[in-house]
Amino acid sequence: MTTTLTRTRRPQKVTHREGQRRPRPAARRRNWAGGLAGWLWLAVVAVPLYWALITSLKERTRYYASNPLVPSGDPTLENYRLVIESDFLQYFVNSVVVTVGAVVPAVVVSFMAAYAIVRGWRMRVLRAVNGLFLMGLAIPLQATVIPVYLIIIKLHLYDSLAALILPSIAFAVPLSVLVLANFIRDVPKELFDSMRVDGATEWTTLWRLAAPLTRPAILTVSIFNALTIWNGFLLPLVLTQSPDRRTLPLALWTFQGQYGVNVPAVLAAVVLTTLPVLVLYAFGRRQLLSGLTAGFGR
Amino acid sequence: MSALTGPPRRREPRSVLPWLAAPALVVFVGFAVVPLVGVFALSFTTWDGIGAIRLTGLTSWRAVLTDPGLPHALWVTFLVMAVSWVVQTPLSILLGTFLAGRQRYRAVLGVVYFVPLMLSSAAIAIAYEALLDPNFGLGAGLRLQTLSQDWLGRPGLAFGVVVFVVSWQFVPFHSLIYQGGVQQIPKSLYEAAQLDGAGRIRQFFSITLPQLKYTVITSSTLMVVGSLTFFDLIFVLTGGGPGDATRVLALDMYKRGFQASLMGPASAIAVILVLVGLALALLLRRLGGRDAGASQLEGA
Repeated sequence: MTTTLTRTRRPQKVTHREGQRRPRPAARRRNWAGGLAGWLWLAVVAVPLYWALITSLKERTRYYASNPLVPSGDPTLENYRLVIESDFLQYFVNSVVVTVGAVVPAVVVSFMAAYAIVRGWRMRVLRAVNGLFLMGLAIPLQATVIPVYLIIIKLHLYDSLAALILPSIAFAVPLSVLVLANFIRDVPKELFDSMRVDGATEWTTLWRLAAPLTRPAILTVSIFNALTIWNGFLLPLVLTQSPDRRTLPLALWTFQGQYGVNVPAVLAAVVLTTLPVLVLYAFGRRQLLSGLTAGFGR
Repeated sequence: MSALTGPPRRREPRSVLPWLAAPALVVFVGFAVVPLVGVFALSFTTWDGIGAIRLTGLTSWRAVLTDPGLPHALWVTFLVMAVSWVVQTPLSILLGTFLAGRQRYRAVLGVVYFVPLMLSSAAIAIAYEALLDPNFGLGAGLRLQTLSQDWLGRPGLAFGVVVFVVSWQFVPFHSLIYQGGVQQIPKSLYEAAQLDGAGRIRQFFSITLPQLKYTVITSSTLMVVGSLTFFDLIFVLTGGGPGDATRVLALDMYKRGFQASLMGPASAIAVILVLVGLALALLLRRLGGRDAGASQLEGA
């Protein structure tokens, strides 16, 4: 792509373009260290993934005798059946409920707060709120889990999905507000002013103007939060107890405890629980990746 | 009354704004700020997790500070932090620079690199536990002696495995940060260096690396502070073992609190965790602040 571009452009200004053209190809060819690291890392990442996938398709009895890196000539879905029969559909539903139930309210309240902070920057209260959220970025979830456990017990929510949803929302708020506020700040002031001249309330402006204009940011933040909550392990571990309240990562762990020696079955569970995210990754890779670094890009 | 709400107060639409921030504030305070304050308070109590909470002053702190388990957990935490920083940083810079190139095959490799970012720590830990199993794992299947060791059964090896798996999981994320950083370096700098006859390696050390200074600080802060909170991965992979070989602070807190039912001492550990995290974040910010001026001057 870039080569064709430089080529078509070059003839226009011969002297300067000659000088400019040279650095890029030179820089490309000689990056041996980067190239070596690149291919090695590919192997480091891909081999375990490949091994997990092909092993999950092997029959348990044949697995121990086969070459671990050669896929089975006769792949079986038997392991997957065992996993699904171990209530994984229930755990999948739980994960979906917790993720959606936490991400939607988290993004809505964060968006409202971000809007208020940007539009009401002159108010000391809102600047203080913003400061509090910024500090909140530094609060590690792990360190607060004991009091969270206590609060959940006092609210009589222990061992419910709501117990997972509430703290998840709280810990999603700081970064969401930060990222969303950055994007709302980029909306031209004139647009807000014209909404006000038309007599629109803040509430209307929030949903009719700010939300549509920052839709990519809203999507990005939602994806980031969804991934974090979907993969969360500590909250379900500490705040639930009954098997039918398990979310996927916790269920995976208990499944491993139960079927530890049955390597193909354990790996089928691993593959199955990561499948939804991988499907999402296949379709929305760009959004996912930009979502991951949204708060840290400089 | 009517004078207050009457015409002079045209700001009415604006005074709605704090209310818009209220829901987020309420949840955040209720489930993040209150617990943070609460963990300080709980560290001065005795509680088994079920019964009544009794205020017992410094008992928990005394128990924690005199327990040899604490310096050990601090040391393991520090080692995991330091070694995984040393392993991850050069690798992430190298891969980030590599991925910043516009070649198509690099973009394709990138698709594979970032897959680990999508997986839960629990899934990664479980897959590696199976892969490293001395009897049924990859090494055993390939009949390779060196690969079929008791990886998770020996302290030194288990520690190495933790660092490796942590890197496997997080190098992609930091590469992504570095890729963004490298792509923001002005091309003109490289062109100038090229004219001066600087080679690829020279360019890397005198342009790419200095220009990435802020990125290094961002990435290192996330790495170092983040490493304090590795819980899922180590909990599932080694459970802190063998023995206490990989018992980091976060795990120590969980085990004391939720397995040994000593919530008071566990809260004290949590307080230490918060304080260490804050201290490190401030330290790194300080480092970043000082370097920021210098790098801008160099850039100009």
